[in-house]
Amino acid sequence: MARSINQIAGPDGNTSVMRKRSAHANPGASQNAYGGALPNFRNLGILLRILLSVNAVALLAVIIKSPTLAEISAQLMEVAALVEPLLILTLVVLYLLNNVLARLSYATAVIAVIALTLALTTMLYFSTRRYLPVDVSGIERYWLLVGLVTAMLLCYFELRGRALSPALSEARLQALQARIRPHFLFNSITAVLSLIREEPKRAEIALEDMAELFRVLMADNRELTPLRREVELCKQYLNLEQLRLGERLQIEWHIDNMPADALIPPLVLQPLLENAVYHGIEPRTEPGIVSINIYASRDEVHAVLRNPYALQGNHHAGNKMAIGNIRERLQLHFDAEASLTSRVTGDAYQVHIVMPYRREKAA
Amino acid sequence: MTQLLRVAIVDDETPARSRLRDLLADCAEQLPLEIVGEADNGADALQLVSVQPTDVVLLDIRMPGMDGIETAQHLRKFEPPPAVIFTTAYDAYALKAFEVRAIDYLLKPIRAARLLEALTLARSKAAPKVEVLAQLRIAPRTALSASERGKVHLIPVSAIIYLRAELKYVTVRTREREHLVEESLTRLEEEFGEQFVRVHRSCLVARSAIRGFERGSGEGGDSQWEVLLNGCDERIAVSRRQQHIVREFTKNQ
Repeated sequence: MARSINQIAGPDGNTSVMRKRSAHANPGASQNAYGGALPNFRNLGILLRILLSVNAVALLAVIIKSPTLAEISAQLMEVAALVEPLLILTLVVLYLLNNVLARLSYATAVIAVIALTLALTTMLYFSTRRYLPVDVSGIERYWLLVGLVTAMLLCYFELRGRALSPALSEARLQALQARIRPHFLFNSITAVLSLIREEPKRAEIALEDMAELFRVLMADNRELTPLRREVELCKQYLNLEQLRLGERLQIEWHIDNMPADALIPPLVLQPLLENAVYHGIEPRTEPGIVSINIYASRDEVHAVLRNPYALQGNHHAGNKMAIGNIRERLQLHFDAEASLTSRVTGDAYQVHIVMPYRREKAA
Repeated sequence: MTQLLRVAIVDDETPARSRLRDLLADCAEQLPLEIVGEADNGADALQLVSVQPTDVVLLDIRMPGMDGIETAQHLRKFEPPPAVIFTTAYDAYALKAFEVRAIDYLLKPIRAARLLEALTLARSKAAPKVEVLAQLRIAPRTALSASERGKVHLIPVSAIIYLRAELKYVTVRTREREHLVEESLTRLEEEFGEQFVRVHRSCLVARSAIRGFERGSGEGGDSQWEVLLNGCDERIAVSRRQQHIVREFTKNQ
């Protein structure tokens, strides 16, 4: 789980897919292949990475060059005297020029950065050569070294950017999309078939509910959706379950105070209700209650789902998978602002979701 | 004129049963049949079959309480046992196991043509053996069944005080009485594992039925631990090799 948070905290310091997505004027554009971009040179993490990698390369060079262990520290001082001034100067210049560089196309920006480091090398070479305590060789050697290290670092940032691109996060979101249990689909179809001869009207309504449910299930569900729509979907889903299970399934809604305009990831509640029915109601011979309680508290949306907990169950693995899936989607959308906890209290199983209250923008 | 095929419907979902009723009515034109009854759980199904002679049971696999597989195991105790056709919406694991053992099943939603075919074959096909069904189980049974004078008695596992191996049978002791079942004590121990504890070579005692232990007077002054039971005055000697259960029990008190 922690990994997914890190991956979303991309090179530009943004921490959520949604914010990145909204930055695009055209949502379709974000689905294109990653185009390449320079890292943000004003991000502390990026600066630190450059600092560390350059020093690591310098250390490596010293170790290769030194025949004895004792000589390493002496050589290190010499190399540091050459490397550190240039490194710090370059970082300062890149920090200052960051916004200018960001406006260039990627290819131009790469050439600009390399040219810049070479120019700074030249400048530093001629201005400080006389004061340095060590002998220096010809400038070509330094151009080659600096150019290679710069290119290597740019390659590294490019690869890293690709790995963290919003397009990839979205692909992950898509892979995580909720899937309905085939068990539910086929049993519901059987239920509708049983109604067609005797109660065609009810069969029609059931088919309409099923169509709505599958429209959402098959849709592109990467955008946030208003809470009221998710609740409506849950009701349609529960209507179908009630058709099959009759009075065995009792539902309690506590949603009078729910923030209907809150934006939440789609299909966060429905799969949990499906779990509640599958694990809590179906294994029972007696009727059971599934309760749904949604409310806003400060800037958070809370959803609490409860269902009877059956001790003897042999399909807990499936439940964990669904919970893990929803938890990961919440994190991709809201990062650490959202949480999902589940626990068993006495004879009830409870899932509690907390999400930040993001209001729907008025159109 | 051929004899009517007597069919029972067992499914926990009301619409599934009513759908099967419709389909059986459709099949009746080609295959003379009658519906002897319906049940929404395994125990009621066994009750139904014991009152109404039945040729074929259409049996849902996934049911609360006693599931379809266990019900089929108990149905085998009837003489003659009814044929069983399993029905299921989706259960990848079970279906694979069914294919391997050539057990007939119908996928929901069920087609009339497929149902007719299964019903036509049902009487000629031998019902799956108890051992074969036992391999399909993923959870222990909820009850044991004993056949007595053509009737099948269900003994809920929770009501069992102890199980004792006799020559060919196992004696099942409940608060009320004793039953004889055709099972092997070793298999029962494997199936119910944690719920029972072996106190000597031929006896499993339900953990929940153990009230305590007492030193009994063995022959020749050789004293031996004995199990005291809830709901039953008998005492069962603990064999020398199983003395450790006395220690475990007192530690957990």
